[in-house]
Amino acid sequence: MKISFSPEDEQFRAEVATWLKENLTGEFEQLRFRGGPGDEHMFPEERKKWEQHMAKAGWLCVGWPEEYGGRGLSINQQVIFNEEYARAGGPGHMGHIGEGLAGPTIIAFGTEEQKQRFLPGIANGTEYWCQGYSEPSAGSDLANVKTKAAMNESTGQWEISGQKVWTSLAHESDWCFVIARTEPGSKGHKGLSFLLVPMDQPGIEVRPIEQLTGTSEFNEVFFDNAVTDASNIVGKPGDGWKIALALLGFERGVSTLGQQMQFLNEMDEIIRIAKKNGAAEDPAIRQRIADAWMGLRIMRYNALRMLSGSQDGSSPADGSLQKEAMIYKLHWATWHANLGKLAMDVLGPESELLEEGPYELTRLQSMYLFTRSDTIYGGSNEIQRNIIAERALEMPKEPRQAK
Amino acid sequence: MEFAFTDEQEMIRESADSFLQDVSTSEAVRAAMATDQGFDSELWQRLCQEMYWQALHIPEEYGGLGLGYVELAILFEEMGRRLFCSPFFSTVAMGVNALLVAGNEEQKQQWLPQIAEGSLTATLGLASSQQNRDNRRWDASSVQATARKEGDGYVLSGSWHYVPDGHTAGLLILAAREEGSKGEAGIRLFAVSADSEGVQSHWTPTMDQTRKQAKVEIDNLFVSADCCLGGEGTSDWPALEQVLQLASVAIAAEQAGGARQVMELTINYTRERVQFGRTIASFQAIKHRAADMMLQVECAKSAVYYAACVADEVLKSLSSSEQVSEVKDELPEAAALAKAYCSDAFFHCAAESIQLHGGVGFTWEYDPHLYFKRAKSTETFLGDGGLHRERIARQLLDDSGQVKG
Repeated sequence: MKISFSPEDEQFRAEVATWLKENLTGEFEQLRFRGGPGDEHMFPEERKKWEQHMAKAGWLCVGWPEEYGGRGLSINQQVIFNEEYARAGGPGHMGHIGEGLAGPTIIAFGTEEQKQRFLPGIANGTEYWCQGYSEPSAGSDLANVKTKAAMNESTGQWEISGQKVWTSLAHESDWCFVIARTEPGSKGHKGLSFLLVPMDQPGIEVRPIEQLTGTSEFNEVFFDNAVTDASNIVGKPGDGWKIALALLGFERGVSTLGQQMQFLNEMDEIIRIAKKNGAAEDPAIRQRIADAWMGLRIMRYNALRMLSGSQDGSSPADGSLQKEAMIYKLHWATWHANLGKLAMDVLGPESELLEEGPYELTRLQSMYLFTRSDTIYGGSNEIQRNIIAERALEMPKEPRQAK
Repeated sequence: MEFAFTDEQEMIRESADSFLQDVSTSEAVRAAMATDQGFDSELWQRLCQEMYWQALHIPEEYGGLGLGYVELAILFEEMGRRLFCSPFFSTVAMGVNALLVAGNEEQKQQWLPQIAEGSLTATLGLASSQQNRDNRRWDASSVQATARKEGDGYVLSGSWHYVPDGHTAGLLILAAREEGSKGEAGIRLFAVSADSEGVQSHWTPTMDQTRKQAKVEIDNLFVSADCCLGGEGTSDWPALEQVLQLASVAIAAEQAGGARQVMELTINYTRERVQFGRTIASFQAIKHRAADMMLQVECAKSAVYYAACVADEVLKSLSSSEQVSEVKDELPEAAALAKAYCSDAFFHCAAESIQLHGGVGFTWEYDPHLYFKRAKSTETFLGDGGLHRERIARQLLDDSGQVKG
C-alpha cells in the first residue's frame, strides 16, 4: 500500500497539465469549470467541439484500450488525468454516458461489428449517448420495465414501444441504450434485452421535464414503434438484466474521480465565500466546512481503494461489487446534498438572490437544488441501503411479491 | 500509487486476526480489565517473543523488524477489533514514536533495543495542566509541568494526567516546559526511567476498563541533559506534535477496527433475535441502520489506510537521507481527519450496537458496553472530532487560502 506516484507518473502529470494549459484557451476558455452537475445544459455545442478537439490529441476515452480508439492508460495515469483535467477547469463531458457507460458495455459484451460501428464515434467525440433505463413505473424497481420490443421478421428490425423517463441529455444524443422487454408475458428481470437505438427517427419523441430548478436536463422519451436494426442488441435476447447490472458497475470507475474534482471546485468556491463574508469565523460553520472537506477527501480515498482493487478501474463484469463500491453512491450523494445546504448557509441572506429574473439561478443555487436529485437517481439512498444490507452484509432480502 | 494491501500485509492481518481471536476473547478481555495492571503479563511476553509486534516498526539497527506504518496500522485495527488489553498502544504508538521522532542516536540505542526485545514498555505523558480547558486541547497549552535548567541537567516538577499505562510502563517520556515559557516555546521531552527515585505513578480507575490510565507525579527530580530528547535550545513542540499525530493515526486504526467488530457482532445478533415471527435483521428499519454503519466503517478504514501511508512516508523521511515524496507533508491533515472521522464512526456504531441489541445491550453480560466505553475513551484521548475538525478548519480557512487537492 503506497499513495505516492512514481517519477514516470509525475512526468505524465506534467504532460497532461501542459496540454490542458495550452489548449483550454481561446474559444474554449469560456468552458472552464462549466458543464458539471447542475450546469449540464450550458454550452452543449461548444463542449462537443471541445471534446472533438481533445479526441484529435488522444485525450478522450483515455482508459479505453488503444485498439478501440482509447489511450490505454494505466489506472494511475487515469487518476492523474482526471485530477489534472478538473484542476485545469476542464468542462463536464457531454459524452460521459458514451465514454463511461455505453462504450465499456460494448467493449465487454458487444460483437466485433458493434465495436467497429459504435466505439469510434464515442472515441472521436462525434456520437453522443443517453441512457434508457427508468420508466414511470420502473424507478427503484427497475425490473418492472414495461417498454416492449419485438422483432419484425419482415423488416429485420426491432420495434420498440413504451416510455422512458429521467433521460439526461436525450435531446443532445444520437443514440440511446434501452432496456426493453423482448419476451412477451415475462416478468421481473427475466425476458429483458439491451438494445441500441438511434434517436433521430419518427418513432421517438423527447419531451423535456421542467425540474424544480426551472431547467430541463432530464427528459421523457416516448417510443412509438421506434426501430433499430436486428444487429443492435448487446448480448442475446434475455441478457438485458445481466448487462444492465454490469453497466451500473462501470459507473463506479475512474470517472468518479473527475466528479470529485468538480466537487472540489465547489468546495473551493464555498471556502472563498466563507473567508470573504466572515462565515469562516463562525465556529459551527467551521465545523461543517471541515466536515465537508473530510468527506471529500474520504471519497477520494474510497475511490483509490476501489480502483486499486480491480484491474481495469471498474467492478467485476459479473455485476458483483466490492464493498467499497457498494457504499460509494450513498456516500457521495449524501455528502453532496449536505454541501448544497452548506453553500446556502455560508452565503446567508445572499443565498436567496437570483442571478437574474425570472428564475436564473446562480451556480451554487443550482448546485444546492440539484443535489436533491443526487440522493434519488441512479438508485436512491434507500435502495443503496438495501443493496449494502443485502449484498454486503448478507441480511435477509426484502420480500418480493409475485406480480 | 497502489492503494491496496500487498500479499505480505494481508498475511500480517491474517496472522494478527487468528492470534487475537484466540487470546483476546470476551472472557480474556474481562479478566484483564478487572486487574489494576490491565493486561496479562504472560500473554504480553508471548506476543513479544512469538509475534514480535512490539518491534514491528523499530528499525533493524535497533533490533526491530523495520516494517512500516501500514503494517502497524493493520495490527492496531485488529487489536481494536478485539479490544485487546495490553501496553502495546502506549509502548509503540507513544513511546517508540517519540523515540523515533525526537530521540538522538544515543537515546535510540539506549531504549529501542530493550523495547524490541520485550523487556521494556513505555508511554508518554502530555497533559500536566490543572486547568481543564487546556487539557481538552491536547496541544502545547496542556503542557504545564516545568523543567528548570540546573547545572548539567534539568529539575523536573509536575503531575501528568491521563497517561496510558503510566503505572506499569518502564520508560516514561514526559513533556515539560522551561520555566516562564508559553505556548509552543520552551517545550522539552524527557526520557525518564519509571523506577527513578522521586517518580510516583498511580493507577487512576477509568470508565473504559480495557485501557488503563495513570497519574505520574514528580517533585523536583534532577535529570541529566542526556535525558532530554533531541537537541537543547529549541522547542521540541514540533516533534511532540508529530508524535501525537502518529499516535492519532494508531488510535484511529483501533477505532476503525472496533467499529467494524461492533457492527459485525450487532448484525449477527439481529440475525438470531426473533420478534413478530421473523429475525429482526429482516426489518428494513434495522437493515438501513446496519448499512449506515457499514458506510462509516468503510470510510473509517479508507481514512486510516491513507493516513498510515502518509505516516509511513514521514517515518521514512526520519530514517533515510533519500528523497521522500512530499506526501509526508500531509500528516497533520491526514491524522486529524482520521482521528475525527474514526472517533465519530466508532461512537456511532457502538451506540447503535446497544440500541439494536435492545434490552440485553444494556447489560454487563453482553459486549456492546465494552465497545461503547472504548469508543468514548479513544474519542476523548488526543482530542475528539470537534477538536480535529477545528484543526482542519484552521488549515482551510485561516492560512494563505490555498486549498490543497
